[in-house]
Amino acid sequence: MDVKDIIKPENLVYKKSRLMSDNVFNFCPGCGHGVAVRTIAEVIEEMGIENDVIGISPVGCSVFLYDFYKFDVVEAAHGRACAVATGIKRVQPDKFVFTYQGDGDLAAIGTGETMHACNRGENIVIVFINNGIYGMTGGQMAPTTLEGMKTTTCPRGRDVKTMGYPLAITPLLAQLPGTYYVTRQSVQTPAAVRKTKKALRQAFENQKNKKGTSIVEIVSNCNSGWGMSPTAANKWMEENMFAKYPLGDMKVDGQLVINNVYEKK
Amino acid sequence: MEKRELRLMKGNEALAEAAIRAGADAYFGYPITPQTEVIEYLFETDCTARTGMAVLQAESEVSAINMVYGCAATGHRVLTSTSSPGFSLMAEGISYIAGAELPCLLINVSRGGPGLGTIQPSQADYFQTVKGCGHGDYKLLTLAPSSVQEMADFVALGFDLAFKYRNPVCILSDGSLGQMMEKVYLPEQRPRLTEYPDWATNGTPKGKERRFITSLNLLPQQHELVNIRLQEKYRRMEQEEVRYETIMCDDAEYVIVAFGIIARIAQKSVELLRAKGIKVGLFRPITLYPFPMNQITELAENPRIKGFTSVELNAGQMIEDIRLAVEGRKPVGFFGRLGGMVPTPEEIENAIIKQFDL
Repeated sequence: MDVKDIIKPENLVYKKSRLMSDNVFNFCPGCGHGVAVRTIAEVIEEMGIENDVIGISPVGCSVFLYDFYKFDVVEAAHGRACAVATGIKRVQPDKFVFTYQGDGDLAAIGTGETMHACNRGENIVIVFINNGIYGMTGGQMAPTTLEGMKTTTCPRGRDVKTMGYPLAITPLLAQLPGTYYVTRQSVQTPAAVRKTKKALRQAFENQKNKKGTSIVEIVSNCNSGWGMSPTAANKWMEENMFAKYPLGDMKVDGQLVINNVYEKK
Repeated sequence: MEKRELRLMKGNEALAEAAIRAGADAYFGYPITPQTEVIEYLFETDCTARTGMAVLQAESEVSAINMVYGCAATGHRVLTSTSSPGFSLMAEGISYIAGAELPCLLINVSRGGPGLGTIQPSQADYFQTVKGCGHGDYKLLTLAPSSVQEMADFVALGFDLAFKYRNPVCILSDGSLGQMMEKVYLPEQRPRLTEYPDWATNGTPKGKERRFITSLNLLPQQHELVNIRLQEKYRRMEQEEVRYETIMCDDAEYVIVAFGIIARIAQKSVELLRAKGIKVGLFRPITLYPFPMNQITELAENPRIKGFTSVELNAGQMIEDIRLAVEGRKPVGFFGRLGGMVPTPEEIENAIIKQFDL
């Protein structure tokens, strides 16, 4: 197939969601954020709910979400996305509200807000990007940083004796009665993206059906922060991050899927 | 006035009832003495059944103020209430709300600090409220009630000013006003909002441009313009929203300046001093920001006025603004009690006599 064939309309296999703006991503090339952000847009477009969606973009690499989406977005202070989402949802229960939070936001500074929003069963979707590092501020230790993993604030590797253990927070959230759906996915391959998209769709359908809190954790890379090429970062992620944060469902339809909650031994 | 319902209520309860009647859409808060009756009253009287108003006990003041931020972003009428340590926790969120230009009502039923301090009344949060408690160049439009009636009246006023300027408005009260009972004429029930401002992020209407709320600007060239626009808004508030009350100032030679609960006590001191033939008046700032600068300057320029005394429940905070207004034209003295103590009218009377050697 030459170029003339490829550009024929009948050969079109992918196009950008109409809910994405023309602004260029500020994410580093090779980063999983871009795929996660546009997959959310695809789900919202396919459900036809873009006039009823409000996204929350808290501090971190997530903060520029409003530059990329063509629906309503509210920026939030670091860690407070779930509280902001609660404030919106409580006066507009029929709107679709989702947060897009990094690991520092959701599992460090915003642990309290996240835990309590889930415990109340706020009828929202939480998208949680876990890349084990603080990307926006230039590669510091995150609560999810793996043992021995190097960052600028653990330059000799995370020492769990003094710096604490990597925090797998979604299994904890899955224990709460308020959460209805908790899953861990990734976006480094087309197959993984399809699974993530399915999970996101499920999460938004749950919100539509007023089921409570749905959490889609996306284990992702930070090739800049990790100091690797995109390809090497994805390989490293599959070998190391997936061992600590195995992919799969933790809670479906309000029922715990026990076997997959904790790391693989 | 006579048509309005008359009740005997605590200040906190009157404020909560006024919030429902002001057509508030939501309240988010966290219990802290001496303001907890606000959220208790909302639940007890079932505000949700009455008007559909949402009420939620948050897990912290940090969370509460961010719920307020989210709700305010959708153009709804939202309020929170707290007391001094809780207000400190809210500081970050208040700065974000001011930066994103969102309307909301914040109540500080203040208590004695620093630290955990005391649950007794204090005005030691004047600086915190008026000079900005969070980061950045912003201003909090601040109303200071001095009666249970004003605790009620300032709620609807506060909401209206918040929406007029797209700015957070604070009611700076204190433990005594929150806890004491007085008769209060309650306002009529007004409806909740059914239409929301164009900027509100409550889902993009079909065929309209989407909206977004942020206080972020990475480019300093842009962010300076945002700051200039904010400052212009604050200057407008200073032009249009100054509120104050004068009592027996027309022939006064000495002026007590006091706000909130201590102005009520100082009013009695004025009577006591007048009975001794000393011509004292009371100037009560109602808006602490914008402060009635020009009005105090005018008094200072009046040759009849011999001096001012700032009377506060703190170590001397508002006195700095009074001195800025007086600009050295007349002596400005201070009398205050600290740490939750409240002076008697006689203590204030004696302080005036001593200051001016009367």
